Amino acid sequence: MEQIVKTAFPFIVFSIAILLAFQGVLMIVAYTVLAERKVLGWIQGRIGPNRVGPWGVLQPFADLLKFIFKEDLVPDKSTKFIYFLAPLVALTCALLPIVVYPFGPAITTIDWSFLPYGLGEGIKQLPMTIARIDVGVLFVLGITSVGVYGIALAGWSSNNKYSLMGGLRSSAQMISYELAMGASVLGVVMLSGSLDLGGIIQAQTTSPWRWYIIPQFIGFIVFLIAAFAETNRVPFDLPEAETELVAGFHTEYSALKFALFFMAEYVNMFTVSVMCTVLFLGGWYVPGLSYIFEVGSIPYALVSHVAFIGKICAFLFLYIWIRGTLPRFRFDQLMNFGWKFLLPLALANVILTIVIVYFLNS
Amino acid sequence: MATTVLFFIFAGLAIGCALSMVYHRNPLYSAVSLVGVFVALSCIYVTLAAPFIAAVQILIYAGAIMVLVVFVIMLLNLDEEKPYRRLNYLYALGGFLGIVLLAQTFFIFVAVNKAPKTPVNVDETVGKTMSIGTNMYTEYLLPVEIVGILLLMAIIGGVILVRRLSVPELKLVVNNELERRNEADEKDDYRIAL
Repeated sequence: MEQIVKTAFPFIVFSIAILLAFQGVLMIVAYTVLAERKVLGWIQGRIGPNRVGPWGVLQPFADLLKFIFKEDLVPDKSTKFIYFLAPLVALTCALLPIVVYPFGPAITTIDWSFLPYGLGEGIKQLPMTIARIDVGVLFVLGITSVGVYGIALAGWSSNNKYSLMGGLRSSAQMISYELAMGASVLGVVMLSGSLDLGGIIQAQTTSPWRWYIIPQFIGFIVFLIAAFAETNRVPFDLPEAETELVAGFHTEYSALKFALFFMAEYVNMFTVSVMCTVLFLGGWYVPGLSYIFEVGSIPYALVSHVAFIGKICAFLFLYIWIRGTLPRFRFDQLMNFGWKFLLPLALANVILTIVIVYFLNS
Repeated sequence: MATTVLFFIFAGLAIGCALSMVYHRNPLYSAVSLVGVFVALSCIYVTLAAPFIAAVQILIYAGAIMVLVVFVIMLLNLDEEKPYRRLNYLYALGGFLGIVLLAQTFFIFVAVNKAPKTPVNVDETVGKTMSIGTNMYTEYLLPVEIVGILLLMAIIGGVILVRRLSVPELKLVVNNELERRNEADEKDDYRIAL
């Protein structure tokens, strides 16, 4: 019995951690959709959804139920296997980065010796990350870049000219803006000397003046613009421009398969907001909190956690705000802007940072 | 134990995807299978404690190069490959190369088995990002520079091939561009003088 418990213990702990993290993120994402509809309503002088539950708070679940019970149409001449695969790829690649998010500081003050069979021995801290890997930044960038396949394959397999155009546009756009995004991250990586998301936050925890939004302001702006393009949001939502392409790559998708694409888009928004927060706004760090609570205690971790979610929500609000105010780019403007303005700007920022870091270190 | 099981799962996935890449007639299916191979390989790298290589494998091969390949296949809307016009000597060449590859694999297998087994130092930083960077820019600086120049040449060659110009036309284009820049400079000078 003892042997079985000891073997199963890590699996149980990780299962609980994964369940909590994914459930939490998906709940935030569900309420982002509601917040988007509400805020857009306010911007346009409407009320927004307010029928389901008080103030419309049950709207996301009503939407989900509707998605589940709608008829699932499959186009007759689609390439079936890839048609089914595409939404799965999109959502999987959107959800995978959750495992490396640093949700908060490690809790070090709990005594784990109450656990049976001596399971608590040697456990010094409870990290608020599922898997802390050495190359967290590259992991997130890599997985999100694989997400392009979901959109491109969906466009190709639907056997519809609008879908194909949407898929082509989105792959072209994502390839172009990925470069600028990677180059804007480089500056932060050089200043912190780490590719690990936790390490990057640690490097910013001395004071709010060390938040990389100040020394890396150009990088921040480039990252933010590229993030809008990577997630196919207004003003870069060319792949689903409804005046030209019906609904773009997901024209032929209905019911739950459409819901998967919809969720993937919002989870991607969450991911880039997390990256923005971690890279440029100090992640979970709250200035002056270590004077109020002991570092590593439970209230310290909880307040930091809430601050982290709050910073992410600020970015999510920015997304909705911009959707409510800006018109869409034209496709050639989009390409020119990405290659001729954003990428050179990001590279100039990298070179400037190299020079400054070199002189600071010597 | 767990790593062995994981290795066989991912190795099986890689081989399965590789076979499906070779045997599919539809180019898009082949490309998607190749992405599967890259993902499976990167999972194997993770189990070998080389997270940097794994991340770069996903980022560059699966995330950038294969996206371009899929993009081109979608853009050209290629049909399924027809089996006619297969050249017989290609079979012979392919068979020969396959035998060479098999012999190489076998040789490595034997060499690894024969090599003296020394216990691996677990604390070693091999595979960590920092050690890869340090080695690339100290011990292997020259190869890195050579590879960089090769890639630059490939990019320039690609640009020139895309424009499909003969040599005199190319000279004309270059001269026009230089002239245009000179004119632009003169205009700027004029504006400043005003």
